[in-house]
This record gives sequence, C-alpha cells and structure tokens, in this order.
Amino acid sequence: MSVGATTRLSRLLAMVPWLLRRQGVPLEEAARHFGITTEQLVKDLELLFVCGTPGHMPDDLIEADWESGRVYLDNADAISRPLRLGVDEAVALLVGLRTLAQVPGLHDRDAVESALAKLSSAAGEAAGVADSLTVDLAHGTEEVTLAAVRDGLRRHRRMHLRYLVPSRDETTERDVDPMRLVAVAGRWYVEAWCHRAEGVRLFRLDRVVTVDVLDVDGTPPPEAVSRDADEALFTPSPDDLVVTLDLAPGSRWVAEYYPVEDAEERADGWLRVRLRTANPDWVPRLVLRLGGGARIVTPDDIAERLVRTASAALAGYDRA
Amino acid sequence: MSSLRTERLLNLVIALLATRRWLTKEQIRHAVPQYAGCESTEAFDRMFERDKEDLRELGVPLVTGSDSAWFDDEPGYRIDRAAYALPEVELTAEELAVLGLASRVWQQASLAGPAARALVKLRALGVETDEESLVGVEPRVRSAEPTFEPFYAATRDRAPVSFRYRRPDGEAAERHVEPWAVTSRSGWWYVVGFDRDRGQPRAFKLSRVTGGVRRIGRAGSYEVPDGVDAAAYVAGAPSSARDGREVRLRLRAGRCAALRLRARPDDVPDGGVRGPDVAARAGWDLVRIPVGDPESFAEEVASNGADVVVLEPADVRAAVVRRLRGALALQQGGQSLDGPDRTTAVRREVSR
Repeated sequence: MSVGATTRLSRLLAMVPWLLRRQGVPLEEAARHFGITTEQLVKDLELLFVCGTPGHMPDDLIEADWESGRVYLDNADAISRPLRLGVDEAVALLVGLRTLAQVPGLHDRDAVESALAKLSSAAGEAAGVADSLTVDLAHGTEEVTLAAVRDGLRRHRRMHLRYLVPSRDETTERDVDPMRLVAVAGRWYVEAWCHRAEGVRLFRLDRVVTVDVLDVDGTPPPEAVSRDADEALFTPSPDDLVVTLDLAPGSRWVAEYYPVEDAEERADGWLRVRLRTANPDWVPRLVLRLGGGARIVTPDDIAERLVRTASAALAGYDRA
Repeated sequence: MSSLRTERLLNLVIALLATRRWLTKEQIRHAVPQYAGCESTEAFDRMFERDKEDLRELGVPLVTGSDSAWFDDEPGYRIDRAAYALPEVELTAEELAVLGLASRVWQQASLAGPAARALVKLRALGVETDEESLVGVEPRVRSAEPTFEPFYAATRDRAPVSFRYRRPDGEAAERHVEPWAVTSRSGWWYVVGFDRDRGQPRAFKLSRVTGGVRRIGRAGSYEVPDGVDAAAYVAGAPSSARDGREVRLRLRAGRCAALRLRARPDDVPDGGVRGPDVAARAGWDLVRIPVGDPESFAEEVASNGADVVVLEPADVRAAVVRRLRGALALQQGGQSLDGPDRTTAVRREVSR
C-alpha cells in the first residue's frame, strides 16, 4: 500500500468537513490544525479543486478558493461529514490510551478515562479487536517519580536525583536538567543534562531513589542534544573491555538482552558470546544471577573475581 | 505520483457516496477519470482491487449488492452512507491531548500510520488541542519485529498461522497456531494463541520466530475464548500460594542499594528466639523484604554476592545457595567446553 496516498486521502476527507464549517479560516490556521505546512495545504486544496462527482463538469467539481489567504470551500456535499475510524486506526488509539491508563503519574487520569469511553463508543467493532493487543509500559515504575519528573519537565525545573547504579552497587547524587521522558524497551527513562557528568544521560526511573524538583531554572544548555534513546543505551565504545561468556541453553536470553558483538554456537545448545563494556563490574553479578547458567571465559581477572565472590557468599551461609 | 493516486481514490469515494444506485465495475471505470489510463480490463481490475483494499483500511464502509432481486445481475458497489460518518463525539482539548500522547505509543511501530490518521480525523471534529503539557513525553513501544504486522493482522482477522520457532534451548520447529492476542512486555513482543500441535495455549516470543508467518486458514475460522489474559501467559503462571511472603536478610552496611529500596528494618529484637544468626553482626543490617516469586528474588540476591545473606525462609535460602554453588562449580569446573562429554556433565550438574 502506498502510505503517502492513503494518509493524504484520509487527511483530505477530514479536512473538507472541517473547512466547510469554518468558511474563511486563514490558511495558516488550517495548516496548523492539521499539522502540515501552508504549502502542503495549498497543494491539498489544488487537488480538491479538480475532484468531484462523476461527469466532472465544472458544476460537479469541488469549489475551493484561497487566493485571499482565507479558505472557502463549497460543492462537496458527498464528503461533508468526517469519515469514521478504520479498524487499525481505532485499535492504535484505544490500545495507546489503555497503555497510558496503566502508567499513573504520566498524564491527566480523568482525560484518559473519558477519552477512552468516548473513543470506545465511536470505534464500534474495532473495540473488540483492541482487546487482543496489549502493551505494558508500567513495569516497575513509581507513580510519584514519574509525576515529579513530568512536573520538572513541564515547568523546566532543575531536579536533584539520588540515583542507584546497581552495577557498582552505588547510590549517586546529581543535579539534572530534564529533556525528555521516554520509554525504551518497556522501561521509563528521563533523558537529562547531568551537571555532574557534564553530558546528556539517560536515567532509569525505577533506579531513581528520590527526586526533588528544585526552584531553579532547568533549561538544558545548548550543547544538550537528544540522542536516539535506543542507540544511547546500547552503543559500546571501541575502547571498551571485551568479555567472553559461555551461555547455557537456558541463559541464551542474555544474548538478546545485552549488546553482543558476536555469538558462536557450541555443543549441546551452548552459546559463546563476546560483548564490550566500559565497566565490567556487572559481569560477575550477572553470572551469579544465572546461577550456573553461564561461565566467564575471558578476561581471567573477572573470572577470578567471580570465584572469590561466590566462595565468600557461600561462606556466609556456612556460618549462618 | 501520490497526487494522481490520491485524486483517483478521492473521486472513487465521492462517486460511491454520491450514487443512489449500485455502481458496477464498468460504471466505476467510467465514473473515475483516473481509471481511463488503464490499458486493459485486467490492469483496471488490479488497480480497482487495490483501491478497494486501501479504502477499507481507512474505514470506508464499501458494500456490494444489486438492485434487482429477479436477475442474476453483476453485483454493484457503493458506500454505506449511514455507516460512513464518524459518530458525533465531542472531545475536549485535554482529551485530544491525551489522544495525541496515545498515538505516540506507536511512533516507532507499524501502527504509526493508522494512529496518525486517526488523530487527524478526530481533530477534524473541531476543538483545538493543548499538547503543551505533554511535550517531551514519549510513551513509545517498538515493533522492529518484522513479524509484528502479520501476527497482529492474523489476530485481528482470526486467521490461523504457521511459522518456524526457535525454543530458548535452540531447537527450531514449525508451529501451527490460532493467534488470540499480541502483547508487549519489557520491550519484547509475544503472540499468545492455541498451539494446534500441543493442543494447548502457548506464548511465543516474536524475536524467536525465524522466517515468515503464513496463514493456513480462512479469516474468522476460530473463536477466541473470553477473557484471555495474554500478559499472564507471557509472565508464566505465578506461584500464587507463595506470593506475599517476607524474606529476612542480612545486608552489608552501605551495600545492596537496590534491595534496600524495598526493604524495611527487621525490628525483631536481636538475639531472639531465632538462633544465633539473628544477632546483628557489626557492619550488617537486618531487613525484611516482601517477595513475590522466590526464584527471581533468589537471582537478585545471588547477584549481590557476599554482601547479602538470606536468613529465612529456608526455601529462598536454598534457592540462593543453589545459584551460588552452580555459578562456582561451572566457573571452576569448566576450563573448556569443547568436549561434548564435559558439557553434558556440566549441564547435569547445573540443571535445576
């Protein structure tokens, strides 16, 4: 399907009823309402101008006049009412709203509930299809944290975070200027200019221990540029340390979850993976978590650290 | 190009809306000037079929029928005018703003187009929207998964499918499934449905589907049971009997920051009836943490190494010890995994 043509047709069918009810609306206002440029709006009007009922004699065609800078439309009775939602269209918005409804703190709850009710009644049969598509974006996120960050973002306030770094088992303190609140892979992050790191950082909201919205302007400096959140999370640097792991069949998910450089199939469904990391502290923690589902092949010092840690941990259970 | 095509589709919509009678294909071919360029009837048929699909996708209620009950006429087409229009819903500026936010869920996913179109249609109802308050909020989900679209469409149409699926242990096999629901969890997409080979409902992770998704039956050829909780299938059945217990732990002072977020101090007096381990050692804190699934909690505890000891209950203690021993045994025992014998031995040792 040609996305361009159907999207444009859909816009035209929405635009005609709107313009018919607002004769003389300025071009700029109409363009803004439909989120397009004035040039695009004029192209749309030029297209409407040559369409009409069969016969396509002058009397059959849609009349459009915009030379004065204001739009007048006539002779478009057949399409004078806005087109109903298609199934996929209704599903997309219904599922989107339901997804938001599970994330308290992100938005005006009453508006989501009432929009859901109205859209469900307008959607007809599509409401049933929407039941079969679900998205979980609420996983492990605290309402108060989300609400506070959103507040800081909206009012452009600096925020003080106590932030957990589990890979080093450390709680850090930092002032940040919020830029975006973004969901990546089912988790919420705030992208912000971090004054401690003097750079743009992503902070996972479920690792924010406390957040205080300060009474200080939090407009990020000009050099704070948003990055593609997915890339920012998973782009290793060439200077990083290379770690090689053997993964048991039950631990193969690690290869999907972490940025693995290459993976090699081994006997009996084992997988040998190589990954790069700036700070390998998390590697022994991961391998302990897997509890015999993975083994560190290289580097040796990380492998030795794992053995020491596991032995010391087990000693705690011997004594107790 | 896009202009010509849009023009053709718009004229088609107007012709089918304006007509009081059923229009045959031949009449449609003459009514829409842009069809005049078709060199053959076959070319026109192909173009018309595609256009019908496009219109249906946009929600245009295209119906077929015939004026005559007596003759076996060629069926005609028109648009059901009563069904065409969007019901009169009055949306407030706040509601339109959250609808805008809802559409952004699909920003990077294959429903992005339908979501954006829906929003334009709703905006045409009138009011101005106030999206200022939601600037910078991106509740997006990704469907980079190439099989998302065919699985979603099969679920929507209730059409059975087959696909090649790799299990977590690496085994791949052809599966035959009646899809019930598609769901996203922690950034991964799953399809839940009735597995014809196993005779049971199953969840499949889309990232483990290799190759394409083929329909193996007609649309609407099965019923979806009421109240399917797709998320529950994906999460696996929780061991509800064990839910909501509290685990007592000893945390090294200043460590285990993530565990501490959920912990509360253990206020049982030191040296109580629970034995010698209860006494707070210098440099340790006694805490309690409510725990849902003991196995995943044991994973988290094990990752903290020697900075934490589970005091009770015994099964959580055992689950942690099993992981620590497993990790240690594999690391010390497995200098090389090249020999299959060795690998098998290791696997047996670590199997739960």
